[in-house]
Amino acid sequence: MGYSLQLTLPELILSGASLILLMITAFAGDRSGRLVTWLAVLAFVVAGFVIPGVTDVGATAFDGLFIADSFAAFSKILIYVSAAAAMLGAMGWFGRDRDYRAEYPVLILLSAIGMGMMVSAGDLLTLYVGLELQSLAAYVLASFQRRDNRSAEAGLKYFVLGALASGILLYGVSLLYGFTGTTLFAGIAQGLSEGVSTGELFGIVFVLAGIAFKVSAVPFHMWTPDVYEGAPTPVTAFFASAPKVAAMAMLARVCVEAMGPATFEWRQIVIFMALASTILGGVAAIGQANIKRLLAYSSINNVGFALIGLAAGTQAGIASVLFYMAVYVVMTLGSFFVVMKMRDEAGQPVETIASLSGLSRTRPGLALAMALFMFSLAGIPPLLGFWPKFFVFEAAVQADLTWLAAVGIATSVIGAYYYIKIVKIMYFDDPAPAYERSGFGVESALILLSALFVSPLGYFLIGPLSQVSQNAAGALF
Amino acid sequence: MIGLGHYLAVGAVLFVMGVFGIFLNRKNVIVILMAIELILLSVNINLVAFSAYLGDMVGQVFAMFVLTVAAGEAAIGLAILVIYFRGRGTIAVDDINQMKG
Repeated sequence: MGYSLQLTLPELILSGASLILLMITAFAGDRSGRLVTWLAVLAFVVAGFVIPGVTDVGATAFDGLFIADSFAAFSKILIYVSAAAAMLGAMGWFGRDRDYRAEYPVLILLSAIGMGMMVSAGDLLTLYVGLELQSLAAYVLASFQRRDNRSAEAGLKYFVLGALASGILLYGVSLLYGFTGTTLFAGIAQGLSEGVSTGELFGIVFVLAGIAFKVSAVPFHMWTPDVYEGAPTPVTAFFASAPKVAAMAMLARVCVEAMGPATFEWRQIVIFMALASTILGGVAAIGQANIKRLLAYSSINNVGFALIGLAAGTQAGIASVLFYMAVYVVMTLGSFFVVMKMRDEAGQPVETIASLSGLSRTRPGLALAMALFMFSLAGIPPLLGFWPKFFVFEAAVQADLTWLAAVGIATSVIGAYYYIKIVKIMYFDDPAPAYERSGFGVESALILLSALFVSPLGYFLIGPLSQVSQNAAGALF
Repeated sequence: MIGLGHYLAVGAVLFVMGVFGIFLNRKNVIVILMAIELILLSVNINLVAFSAYLGDMVGQVFAMFVLTVAAGEAAIGLAILVIYFRGRGTIAVDDINQMKG
């Protein structure tokens, strides 16, 4: 028992921290917002340093319910870093609206605990509880600006569709339990290795459909554009980063550890989702006028590319998924931090793409950072965004899925059209009214850091990062 | 004699009713919340039936967790519905259309 508690130390620290911080907000009120945010970041740092299993193959806690291996460690570090960054970026944005409430960092903390459980789950029960903890906090975050009708509507839509997704996932869980006789991943794999029955096949389909909702893969993506547009921008930045990593890592673990013997069955579903997501994400973004909506379709597109790596089903494929998510998170957080800077003279947030016109003349630094993120998301070679796509396609080709890689390359060219269109609008169109000037705060520092990461300087990270992701993927096989 | 198949049939029927309740309902968001509960309860029927059939306790423990989470989910859903109603003055499904595209 003591050993189990030791393996779950990061979750215990974050749970304790969230309860203490909730007490602070209850007694000190919203004045404590900044203090609570920095304390929450501190909790993430402490939890990040005690994550077990960073180097070794890993151990299980609570009779296999919870797994602490290098795969979980890699995903958790990524989740904690992106959640902390999304939290820090939010402070300035809400602060101006006087809507920053001290509960915000606490909700993100709770959501991160759920995400940690999702990537460490070794049993369908832990998977479900982790997923729900993450989702319930996220529903509240989406409707965080209570006085804004769009925020409330985003929360309502997210809640209804998210609850439906959990229901579908649960139905699949009940079928898998009934037909294999256990909820442990290892036991399910054993049950499936004796041949996949119809009941088990239904279970696999329902479970994958439920998780597809959470990673917003087509055909379960319809909530994404609406929720991304309606939710407050810092919340959208959070949604596009940490929960995506958690859901993708969870999907990879379920596919490999629980459904490994049924690879033939789940691969067809994953290939379909990958194809549909890359194509729809590339095509539907073209006509968008709202930058948050455009980034929502961009995230659908990117999830499709990561799914191509998963479809390979090999260790190299899983490693490329982890590498992809690590770079994707930085690119997407960077673009959203730039969107947070978009405010008119009166200080009101602006979200139209047209308002970016001529940004290179009014705010050259901001325009340069946005251009870097856009080129990187498009996968243009000198920038870091090229490499995750390269690794994903390489893994697909090695797994005899050359046609899938070819379609992926074609859709990434279609996607490049709308990314580069934004660069064209910023650099070659007549200037629109300038944005409000703001000092160099935490947000600007985060933009600078992300821009440096995706710039060719990030090449120094390719070696270590691919090494670590290979090691992490090795824990699943 | 009522066997496992009967319970699974009831579970499947309730599940399908719940899903249709979400998509075909054009009137009221509260009905959607009820449909979500129906889906979760159909899962519970499945879990408990399998648990009794297999002679394994895990299914019943799982059903307890599902019940607990369902309570939390309903509370959060109603809270979001309340702030939505305050802003818009309506909870008709057809009016939830500020964002499209």
